[in-house]
Amino acid sequence: MTAAITLRRIGLPRLIVHLSVLVICILWLIPTIGILVTSLREPGQIASSGWWTAFSGAAETSAARLGEPSTARQDGPNYVISGSVFDAADAGPKGSVRAFGTKVAAPTEFSAGEAADIGDGETLTVNEDGSYTFTKNAPFTDKRGKRVYLSVAQPASFTLDNYRTVLTSQGIGQAFINSLTVAIPATIIPILISAFAAYALSWMHFPGRAIIIAVVVGLIVVPLQMSLIPLLKMYNEIGAFFGIASRSYVGIWLAHAAFGMPLAIYLLRNYIAGLPKEVIESARVDGASDFEIFVRIVLPLSFPALASFSIFQFLWTWNDLLVAMVFLGTGKDQLVLTGALNALLGSMGGKWEILTASAFITIIVPIIVFFALQRYLVRGLLAGSVKGG
Amino acid sequence: MASQIVSAFGAVIAGVFGCALYYWLSDKLLQIVLPVRSGDVQRISANLKTHAAIRPWLFLGPALLLMIVYLVYPVIATFILSFYDRSGGNFVGLANYWWAATDAQFRQSIFNNILWLAVVPAACTFFGLVIAVLTDRIWWGNIAKSLIFMPMAISFVGASVIWKFIYEYRGADGTQIGLLNAIVQFFGGDPQVWIAMPIWNNFFLMVILIWIQTGFAMVILSAALRGIPEETIEAAVIDGANGWQIFWKIMVPQIWGTIAVVWTTITILVLKVFDIVLTMTNGQWNTMVLANLMFDWMFRGGGDSGRSAVIALVIMAAVTPIMIWNIRQASEDRGGH
Repeated sequence: MTAAITLRRIGLPRLIVHLSVLVICILWLIPTIGILVTSLREPGQIASSGWWTAFSGAAETSAARLGEPSTARQDGPNYVISGSVFDAADAGPKGSVRAFGTKVAAPTEFSAGEAADIGDGETLTVNEDGSYTFTKNAPFTDKRGKRVYLSVAQPASFTLDNYRTVLTSQGIGQAFINSLTVAIPATIIPILISAFAAYALSWMHFPGRAIIIAVVVGLIVVPLQMSLIPLLKMYNEIGAFFGIASRSYVGIWLAHAAFGMPLAIYLLRNYIAGLPKEVIESARVDGASDFEIFVRIVLPLSFPALASFSIFQFLWTWNDLLVAMVFLGTGKDQLVLTGALNALLGSMGGKWEILTASAFITIIVPIIVFFALQRYLVRGLLAGSVKGG
Repeated sequence: MASQIVSAFGAVIAGVFGCALYYWLSDKLLQIVLPVRSGDVQRISANLKTHAAIRPWLFLGPALLLMIVYLVYPVIATFILSFYDRSGGNFVGLANYWWAATDAQFRQSIFNNILWLAVVPAACTFFGLVIAVLTDRIWWGNIAKSLIFMPMAISFVGASVIWKFIYEYRGADGTQIGLLNAIVQFFGGDPQVWIAMPIWNNFFLMVILIWIQTGFAMVILSAALRGIPEETIEAAVIDGANGWQIFWKIMVPQIWGTIAVVWTTITILVLKVFDIVLTMTNGQWNTMVLANLMFDWMFRGGGDSGRSAVIALVIMAAVTPIMIWNIRQASEDRGGH
């Protein structure tokens, strides 16, 4: 009754809206949850069962040898061997037996507790707790104990070992530091440079201003690919001329700064040009130079725009692969996180405990930045895309 | 590890401060060479004028220099290099263009890029619009938006690992640990090697970009939807329009401009798609796209700058109409003082 009343109050169309948004959210989240859960599982479990079974425990296949025929006792016309499959010397990890079989190809042929007729007058029962009864209507003739294959349910277990492994032995720790070394200056330098330029383009008068603005707007969409070949040549020549490494942090900072510059100038100019005219005029009347006006008035007032752009630039530089591959190189100690992850995909394909843990370390920093500063990110996006926004 | 962190930190400080120092020093230098605080009035007035003429270029200088060196010069140089051979030393006329016109892999890349262009911007805009409309009507809409927007923070490489795991294939007899194959198997189908199925694998790669970019479209379109005047919708309701009609005939026409912006922004992104293809297939199984082919030729067999320049120019040509449109828009509503 109450459910029907509530339903009427919400309205069926409304309920459909709620449900479809819920479904979309789940669809959107599942991929990320998949790698997060997987990165916390044991490698053996990752390979033997889907991550969605992680919470209900996983089934692992193991083998065990039953007791030797010499331990058989006679029971009426039958001969019986009994014991526990977990007592054998080569037994797998303990757990609750779900199924068993006598062929390696079919370890789940019989379910636990079932009396399985396995031919030759032999009957085998394996119970959930691992105890078994192996019965034959004639004396056992084999020399060794029979081999059985078991599907053993393992309790859900999670571990941080994968993270320990990738951080220390797979170069992800080093790559993390490299990523920070690239991303932080590559975020701050262009903001500083573009803020000065944006101020000049909105509050100072000089010939050619309109043309420069038009060129900056045009440069926003120039594909990175157009720059790569000449710059690679130039970097190599500069490196050879001065006898220094052609690929360095300074090189990639400047590259990132330059590639982000047109959008930065455009976004910041939109904001700085919209600052109240009176404030800047009155500072000018008081005899402040443009440098002082910029540092004391414009910079503090532009904080929201600066924050918006810095989030963009940080996400872009942290997540970038192409610029880092070309300008920083692909040597093991130069790799940033994205490059290291790409390399692992090549060398560790299928080792999902390594890949998922590395991927999660790669995405965790931007996700934290995203959730902490989402407001500024949205504001920046709107300023960049919606006219007058 | 510790020394690495210290040196990284030092590099960060030095880089940032070196940059700030330029602006501070250049301003100080200007004050010393052309003083305006003391001296006779005429001198000060003349110096102030010179300041006003020089300062803009001091402020703009580093930005202009960076953009000229990293963007303007390379565009011209790439254009010139496209007429030269692999090392950039000998003029070969249109040979590289001729190669591109006849190369099967190049044609494959163009075809795939067109496929991406046809699917991804449309899908992102459509899903973004639908989700924006739906989430605007419920009280927990902002939480839902955050979750759908979240993949935007994830790198293409990270997203590729996430989705490669979903597409994972483990032999026909093995336990499928990839979600997609597990679902297919659950419904009685045969597991497939999704990323190695020509034509269809392109779509499996596109899903990744759609997953990332839908949030972007949603955020922008949602802001535009909120800007629609309430009266227009009320008037439609009074006239007896149903929800569907209101959406298509009242709301969508009013946000056409924003839809166009979202569409073109994603189009530019799609033209440059690189990371996803590199990490998922590296162009194998007919998934090559222009940006990857270009990167390939940059280093293949020691690198062929002529051919990769031609490929880069094709991408450039594709974004040029958008670029001209943007410049026109920007000059129309020029702000500034």
